[in-house]
Amino acid sequence: MIRHHLSDALLTGYSAGTLPEAFNLLVATHVSMCDECRVRLQAQDAVGGALLEDSAVMAMADGALAATLARIGDDAPETPAPRPASPGIFPAPLQDYVGGDSDAVAWRSVGGGVRQAILTQAPGSSARLLYIPPGTAVPDHGHHGTELTLVLQGAFHDETDHFGRGDVEIADEALEHTPVADTGSACICLAVTDAPLRFNGLIPRLLQPFLKI
Amino acid sequence: MTRDDESLRYAKLMQAVARDADKAAFAALFTHFAPRVKAFLIKSGATPAMAEDCVQDVMATVWRKARMFDPSRASVATWIFTIARNRRIDLLRRDRRPEPEELPWGPEPEPDQLDTLVMQQESERLGDALARLPEDQRALIERAYFGDLSHSQIAAATGLPLGTIKSRIRLALEKLRQHMT
Repeated sequence: MIRHHLSDALLTGYSAGTLPEAFNLLVATHVSMCDECRVRLQAQDAVGGALLEDSAVMAMADGALAATLARIGDDAPETPAPRPASPGIFPAPLQDYVGGDSDAVAWRSVGGGVRQAILTQAPGSSARLLYIPPGTAVPDHGHHGTELTLVLQGAFHDETDHFGRGDVEIADEALEHTPVADTGSACICLAVTDAPLRFNGLIPRLLQPFLKI
Repeated sequence: MTRDDESLRYAKLMQAVARDADKAAFAALFTHFAPRVKAFLIKSGATPAMAEDCVQDVMATVWRKARMFDPSRASVATWIFTIARNRRIDLLRRDRRPEPEELPWGPEPEPDQLDTLVMQQESERLGDALARLPEDQRALIERAYFGDLSHSQIAAATGLPLGTIKSRIRLALEKLRQHMT
């Protein structure tokens, strides 16, 4: 049962197509797992549709319809291909980035048994997978921007709450937290940020260039 | 003709394209939607020449993907908006935007006529609610959708009553899930 969902602002930004890539990846992955957010996203799309319907019009050039019909040619509309649900713990959009499921991840150790794999990195945002062994803590850190964490396997808790598979933690600049994986099974998360993290201890700060986060 | 009839009419035109490859139905959709998609692209920062070409591409996609349109889950305007938005991201070299997993498709279920009717009516109501918003609030929504606001600025940008349309979408998804199992 998913208890922690995406915010309206994230769903609106995703619907409008204005989020940074890493955030788009997290939203697409969560929506693949969460029918409630799929419903909310489609409602945001409906707002986009209402805007389109109600917006000003700009006349098309003469012959635009004919040119479009020429692009279509004699082809009838396509028959949708049946698409089976993807097996494994990663939904399809995440599998596209990894090149497979959790067994295909190119993990790198970042110390303390914690492993990570960077999926995409741009000036505006980055996305990485985190592997946290059972009962292990991720170094205490704050954020310059927003950090979103989506649980894909296992669970973690921090000062704010408990997060299981499908849950999203939305952490803003004000939150300094120490996520700890539940005992029992390792926790795998997709973590995205729109600014570098800010670690509090000296050692994690020295590690930051190597962590590339 | 009331607005209710209008939304339903476009849904039926789409179904004529999907079922019968009806080019007259497509032409009617083109006449209504192409100038709107063009205005949307230009407001989002495309030049008129880029927009003209991109609209043709969007409308050709509307034809090709017509069988993916489900009138019990969305209005034609909403469906075309999602296609235009995706093309705009490519066009303006915006950040890559992966899509959620599609719900698996079984053999095409024929959408329920009553569900279609109600969804089209709800889409009209949402349009009415948008039209009634105070100007500054509407402007904020436009800026969010035309790409002027970052996600941290959007916060409570919408302020539209989405409860009813959400329950219709939820019902349609539940039916789709039942159909799959």
